[in-house]
Amino acid sequence: MKLTIALSQINTHLGDVEANLEKHLTVAEEAVAAGADLLVFPELSLTGYTLQDLTPMVAHRPQATDPIFRQLLGVSKKLDLVVGFVDEDQRHRFFISAAYLSGGEILHVHHKVYLPTYGLFDEGRFFAWGDRVRAFDTRFGRLGILICEDFWHASPPYLLWLDGADLMIFTSASPGRGLSTEPQLESARWVEHINRAYASLFTTFIAHSNRVGYEDGLNFWGGSTLFGPNGKLIKKGPYHQEALVLAEVDLNQLHRTRARLPVLRDERTRLVAYELERIIGDGRDSNSNTR
Amino acid sequence: MIDLSINTELAHKILTGFIQTEITRTGYSRAVIALSGGIDSAVSCYLAASALGPENVLAIRMPYRTSSKGSLEHAQLVIDALGVQSITVPITEMVEPLFERFPEADKVRRGNIMARARMIVLYDQSAAFRGLAIGAGNKTEILLGYTTIFGVSACALNPLGDLYKTQVRQFAAALGVPEVIINKPPSADLWQDQTDEDELGFTYEEVDKLLYLLVDERYRPEDCVAAGFEGSFVQDVVARIRGSQFKRIMPPIAKLTNRTVGYDFLYMRDWGT
Repeated sequence: MKLTIALSQINTHLGDVEANLEKHLTVAEEAVAAGADLLVFPELSLTGYTLQDLTPMVAHRPQATDPIFRQLLGVSKKLDLVVGFVDEDQRHRFFISAAYLSGGEILHVHHKVYLPTYGLFDEGRFFAWGDRVRAFDTRFGRLGILICEDFWHASPPYLLWLDGADLMIFTSASPGRGLSTEPQLESARWVEHINRAYASLFTTFIAHSNRVGYEDGLNFWGGSTLFGPNGKLIKKGPYHQEALVLAEVDLNQLHRTRARLPVLRDERTRLVAYELERIIGDGRDSNSNTR
Repeated sequence: MIDLSINTELAHKILTGFIQTEITRTGYSRAVIALSGGIDSAVSCYLAASALGPENVLAIRMPYRTSSKGSLEHAQLVIDALGVQSITVPITEMVEPLFERFPEADKVRRGNIMARARMIVLYDQSAAFRGLAIGAGNKTEILLGYTTIFGVSACALNPLGDLYKTQVRQFAAALGVPEVIINKPPSADLWQDQTDEDELGFTYEEVDKLLYLLVDERYRPEDCVAAGFEGSFVQDVVARIRGSQFKRIMPPIAKLTNRTVGYDFLYMRDWGT
């Protein structure tokens, strides 16, 4: 089975959901015209990234009665799409979220489980921590979604892998940092390395959509990538400029790679669970990480 | 081996994008720059001309009667090379009455008055030209506090503040800034024969490497000594950084209510754009 994935590395208006929705609709039309089956927008694509006290003002519920989602659900009858937004749950907790829309339905919502609150990041101050890492079924097979810091940790991609995701969708709004003599920023190099590593280690597809533009002095570097199960780069978007990055993916590559390299078949999950249980233990071992 | 070399092409792409985006999203399309004849404002001017088009950049020369002739000429080299718009507004007539009123003012006070007079002209031209003020303070001088607060460090946006002085030099060469500007001793030119490195007591080459370890690499002062830096030099620089923190933040507001600007009223400047 083949599918065409479109990674949309857009710039956004900070805190202006209506303006960002307009851009989503325009890009979606372009992606449909280009023959895309699945369109992936970056982290917080409907709101912008550095929201701070704007957070409660830009939240939306991912449901058909919501004026923003109603329009996006309409578009999802033409192609599947992943959008980034702030989800406000019934208890009024705010989550950095990504929703998978298909055929007029919301198939899945992921709440970011790792909120960076260090260095230039302050997400834990404004957002609630997600508490689920789940794969879900789509018309293209079983997929998983992670948001930025989620995949700076090895465990969420690992969990998605075990939960059956053969295409992992990563979204981010990654502030560029680390200028050296290298042709790309250190943050870009890092993310490309780990995404290639996940594709290789898990013999899976990794599609990463990263935004561009600026918020105050922060730059977002784009460079969206698609890696295949052999750890090979299939497609990469330009740095620091808006683009709709299109690539055709042959899902049968999973069959060929895993016939050669059966690391999924041989993964010893019981052993992992057993040892994790021991390591976490009763939490008294000061060397163990028991969060 | 501490290597502060940068990829100048990448820096150019990010910084011109920054200038272009951050000016146009506020509804402006033009910029004003205090062009001193030195390397920092020259680099800012090159970036602004590249980001906005030279016709949308106004370079302002603001000599005082004792300013070196070289400063004016070097600024003119930049103006001619880029084709930016320019204006020359001497500040002598602005500052002399204050110097006469306070004849006891030492050269630092007089230098600060001149720097702030230039800020007044810069912001007035910002309104007249309908362009935002682009700054040129580099990371070295920001960290050392080697600048007049509310002087020409005042600006609407600063593309150079995360580049050390030695990196600005490398960048300037790549941008094609005239060599005479790159190679002359850095000076605020507030009094005759003033040079930065004389006044600071160390070279930019030395201090940039130390700042890089202290700030970027998060070395403790004792780690810097272990890495080969003189203890007294490390102490001096650490003290300068700490002592000039007030120049790097907005003045603190005394908190009284539940929500106070600066503490729990948090929005980016780009809010809504």
